[in-house]
Amino acid sequence: MHVIIDQDRCLSSGQCVVSAPDVFDQREEDGVVTLIRDDPAEGSVDAVRHAALVCPGRAITVEE
Amino acid sequence: MTATTHSQTNALLDYPAPRATGCPFDPAPALLDKLVHDRLIRVRLSDGTTPWLVTRFDDQRSLLADRRVSADVTRPGYPVPGHGDRGDSMISFILMDDPEHNRLRRMVTAPFTVRRMKQMRPTVQRIVDDQIDLLLAGPNPADLVEGFALPVPSLVICELLGVPYEDHAFFQQNSNQIVRVSSDPSVPRSALARLFGYLDDLVGRMLDDPGDGVLSGLAERVKAGDLTRAEAAQTGVLLLVAGHETTANMIALSTLALFEHPDQLAIVRGSDDPTLINSAVEELLRYLSITQLGRRRVAAEDIEFAGRVIKAGEGIIFPNEIANRDPDAFAEPDRLDLTRDARTHLAFGFGAHQCLGQPLARLELEVALTALNRRIPTLRPAVPLDKINFKHDNEVYGVYELPVTW
Repeated sequence: MHVIIDQDRCLSSGQCVVSAPDVFDQREEDGVVTLIRDDPAEGSVDAVRHAALVCPGRAITVEE
Repeated sequence: MTATTHSQTNALLDYPAPRATGCPFDPAPALLDKLVHDRLIRVRLSDGTTPWLVTRFDDQRSLLADRRVSADVTRPGYPVPGHGDRGDSMISFILMDDPEHNRLRRMVTAPFTVRRMKQMRPTVQRIVDDQIDLLLAGPNPADLVEGFALPVPSLVICELLGVPYEDHAFFQQNSNQIVRVSSDPSVPRSALARLFGYLDDLVGRMLDDPGDGVLSGLAERVKAGDLTRAEAAQTGVLLLVAGHETTANMIALSTLALFEHPDQLAIVRGSDDPTLINSAVEELLRYLSITQLGRRRVAAEDIEFAGRVIKAGEGIIFPNEIANRDPDAFAEPDRLDLTRDARTHLAFGFGAHQCLGQPLARLELEVALTALNRRIPTLRPAVPLDKINFKHDNEVYGVYELPVTW
């Protein structure tokens, strides 16, 4: 799995961080998404798929 | 207008539609019925306009995230059910499109990150515990709205913004008038103007005498020239109103819904598992979906959808409470099931305008519901359900009072 984020589309809802805290983080100044790693560990792939599903800005793309 | 169109117009569903008597937690039956049969319908608002209404979960998600669907309230065709014009000078970023929306929104997102919410938890816990102490020290029975559900989020948002809680009677009353559906549009407009004046004054004072909190941060942005003072005050009004109206209603209505579902209440009271309370909060958000009157948008260009064309300039309404009862998204959607995975619900909306304060709302609901049930395990209603007054005439659904005993 490969994860791509689009910071311009991010709305800082933080749901990705709640779902997959080992993959997503937020910028201190405005809560915009950052990536801790773009190749999630096997145990996180479901959480990353969920993060992409609930992202209100459609800012997360998952390539499988 | 031809005779045919006229008769079609008469057959349209009036929106908003009423809930059924005796089913206070369920959305309007007329809309639930449409969910089964139609993806896209036309409804008639009180002003005679006939915007579209999107019923289903997947469709609401895709259109609310569609850039051709505008939230700009000044665009002709924007559907304003139950309200008159609020006045252009009072528009916050929730009624704007990008890039302006995003520019203003990102100035207030920092306090709502997951990390900052973790830091905020002890403060919320202290506020909740103090309010329970006060409730227990007061008369029994008591009104849970006045004695707990309203002061908790009010105190939290005051702390976060840097607004003096001593003024709570003033801003609670004006917030109430903003969300209450009035036949006289001057009522919400004047309330909005009073709150704007209040926040503008606070921002002005913080320009000279900065403190802690979001308002002070906005004042800094005004000084730096990133933001006008009016924009700062409008954002303050938005956060103050949204910060306590919604959460207060969710706390009270959730408590009542649990009273009415004793098997589910037993799950909450019998569990120490933090993941259970997280799941319970998501399900209560889905099941109760307290924002009424739908999310409102207008098509910025022609959109082909469900075999029809939504024309540029036509209004579109998204009642999230209906999508949250879509059986294709949630099995047995009319059942309150705290153990289900409800995390995809649309109670906070979807797309660019999804609720900014949702991490705070979740935190407050988790802490408040856990503490209420743990510290007052005998908490129960003091009157039967049919004696409770529900907020049918508000943008935000809930109860006016919730008499409880213990």
